[in-house]
Amino acid sequence: MSAPLIEVRDVGRQFRVRSGLFGQPKRVVAVDGVSLSLKPGEVLGVVGESGCGKSTLAKVILGLLEPTAGEVLIDGKRLAGLDRRERAKLIQPVFQDPFSSLNPRRRVRDIVGMPLEAQGEATAGEVRKRVEAMLERVGLDPSMGERLPAQLSGGQRQRVAIARALVMRPRIVVCDEPTSALDVSVQAQVLNLLAELRREFGLSYLFISHNLAVVEHVATEVAVMYLGRIVEQNDAETLFRDPRHPYTKALLASVLTPEPKLGIPETGLGDTMPDPTNVPPGCRFHPRCPVAIERCGLEAPATQRKAPALVECHLATIT
Amino acid sequence: MSALLEVSGLEISFGTLSAVRGASIEVRRGETHCLVGESGCGKSVTALAVMGLLPNNGLRHAAALRFDGQDILGLDEKGMSRLRGDRMAMIFQEPMTSLNPAYTVGSQMAEVMVRHRGVSKRAALDRAAELLARVRITSPEMRLGQYPHQLSGGLRQRVMIAMALMCEPELLIADEPTTALDVTVQAQILRLLADLQKDLGLAILLITHDLGVVARTAHRVSVMYAGEVVESSPVEQLFERPMHPYTRGLLSCVPVPGKIRRDQPLGSIPGMVPHVTSGFEGCAFRQRCALVRPDCAGPIARRKPEVDHDYLCQIAPEDMATS
Repeated sequence: MSAPLIEVRDVGRQFRVRSGLFGQPKRVVAVDGVSLSLKPGEVLGVVGESGCGKSTLAKVILGLLEPTAGEVLIDGKRLAGLDRRERAKLIQPVFQDPFSSLNPRRRVRDIVGMPLEAQGEATAGEVRKRVEAMLERVGLDPSMGERLPAQLSGGQRQRVAIARALVMRPRIVVCDEPTSALDVSVQAQVLNLLAELRREFGLSYLFISHNLAVVEHVATEVAVMYLGRIVEQNDAETLFRDPRHPYTKALLASVLTPEPKLGIPETGLGDTMPDPTNVPPGCRFHPRCPVAIERCGLEAPATQRKAPALVECHLATIT
Repeated sequence: MSALLEVSGLEISFGTLSAVRGASIEVRRGETHCLVGESGCGKSVTALAVMGLLPNNGLRHAAALRFDGQDILGLDEKGMSRLRGDRMAMIFQEPMTSLNPAYTVGSQMAEVMVRHRGVSKRAALDRAAELLARVRITSPEMRLGQYPHQLSGGLRQRVMIAMALMCEPELLIADEPTTALDVTVQAQILRLLADLQKDLGLAILLITHDLGVVARTAHRVSVMYAGEVVESSPVEQLFERPMHPYTRGLLSCVPVPGKIRRDQPLGSIPGMVPHVTSGFEGCAFRQRCALVRPDCAGPIARRKPEVDHDYLCQIAPEDMATS
C-alpha cells in the first residue's frame, strides 16, 4: 500500500458574504468536514451540483484558499508549510475556462515556460527546449508557441493549459471541469490526451466535474459531494453499478445517455434547491430526498466507512 | 400531417462568411425537432433567422419560410413582431441575459400579453401566476413581485418558459435551454417541456450540442455541420443507423456509461471545422473524414437510405456500412 499523494483531513472552508449594503453577513459553508485521499496513479473524480463545494475543495487542495478547519497533506508534507516552488513541483491545476486562465497578452511559449522561469533552475535554452517538447507532446505544433491565446481555438487553449501544468513535471494535476467549455468532439480529444499523459508521466488526477458520464470514463474512484460534504465515495466501478446514497442514485438517474428509447428520467428530487447559506438540520439532503423518514430531519447521519466505500445516510448501509 | 414550420433552402451570411448554407427543416405540431451540432455550425443563427431576429449584418435568403402555411419570408418587422411572443416564442440558454433585471418577473410576463392580446394588466398577472404554478414554481404570487436576480438558475429558466407560454404559442424555439443547468435540474426542465408539449400540442425546435438531450427529447433530428444539415432522420434511426461520417464521429465521442471501457480511448474527430466563405464547394467535412475520395470536392448528393432519413454525402449507404 503506497502512501497517499493528497490527504485531506477533516477540511472545512467557510465564507462570509454580505447581501446588500446593510444586509446581515451570512455564513456560507462551502466545504464542511471533508476527508479524502488520492493514491499514486489514481484518478479521483469529485462530482456534485453547482454550489456543492467541489471547486472550493479544489482551491483548498491547490493552496489557493486557506482552509478554515482541518489540514491538507501533499506527498506527506503539510501544504501550509510548503513554499510556492515546492508546491508547483508537486501539484498543478487545469481549469475549466481556458479563455480566462491564460494571460491574453502573452505568447503561448511564454505562458508554458513561465513556471520553469519562475523556478529559476533552467537556462533560457533549456526552457525553450522543454516548452517545445511539451507543446508537441500535447498535440500542438511548436510554431503555435508564437501565438496569443486569442488566436487559438478552445481545444487548443486547453492543450496550452495542460502543457503549462505538465512542464513542471508535477505528480498531481487538479482538473477542475477541464472539458466543460468544449464541444463534444474536442472534449473527447482532451480526455484522451489526459489519459495518455497520465500513463506516460505516471500522474495522478483529482478530477472535478459535473458531468457524470465523463467521470465514469476517467475516474478510478469517485466522491459525491452535497452541500459541502462527501455523502458517498467508492471505487468508480462499484459506485456507478451500485450507488447507495439516494442523492447518488438521483444524480446517476439524471444523466442523459444517448439512448433514445429511455425518455426523460424522473429524478424524484422535488423543487427545493440546496442553499449553502442555510444548511438544513439533520441530514443535509433530507428536504430533497425522495425516501427521507422523520429521523433524517432530526439527526445527522454518521459516516459509515469500509475502504474504499463511504456513505452518509440513515437508510444506506455498506455491504 | 403538414408542418407548422417549414424552412427550405435557408442561406445566412455575415459578410463573406457563410453561416448557413441551404438548410431545410420542418417542425410538425406536437413534435420536437432537435437541431444538433457543435459551436459555429449555424444552429443558433438558424433559429434567430426563423424568428426574424438576425443581427443587422446578417443576410437571410431562403427558398421558402412558412409558418402554419403562411409565408413569413416577406413579412416586415411589424408583421413579424406580431407573431413573435404570440404564436411563436423563443427561450435562450442564459435566462439572465434575456430577462430584464430592472423589472419584476410579473411585469415582464404581463407585458407580453398586454401587448399581444390587449388584456388588462390584472388579467395578464393572473395568467402569469397560473403559468408559474404550471411550470411548478412554488408560491407564484410571491414570485411575480421578485426580480430575476433573486431567483436560482433553474427558477429563472422556468420563468422564461412560463413567459414564452403566456400567449399559448404554437411553436417554441428553445436554444440550449438546459446547458447552463445542473443535470438534476436539466432533467426536470426537459420533463416539464415534454409535459407541456403533450398538453398543449406545442411544436418545439430544440437547439442543442448535447446528444444525450437529443436522444431523450427529440422525435426528429437534424445534424448541422459548417452551415449545412448533413443528416436528418427520426431519432431512433439516427442513433441506431447513423449514416453521415460526421454524425458517426460525433456519436463515438460521447462517453456512455457501461458502453465504452474506461481504459479505452474515446472516438474523436481529427482536425477542426473549416472556415466556410461564399463560393465554397464540395463537402465541408472532407478534410476530417476518413472516407474521403476525390469526388468529395465536387457537388455532393443528398441520399435517402430509408423513408424519412437523408444525409449529405458521396458515399452510398451500402458502402458506408462496410467501412
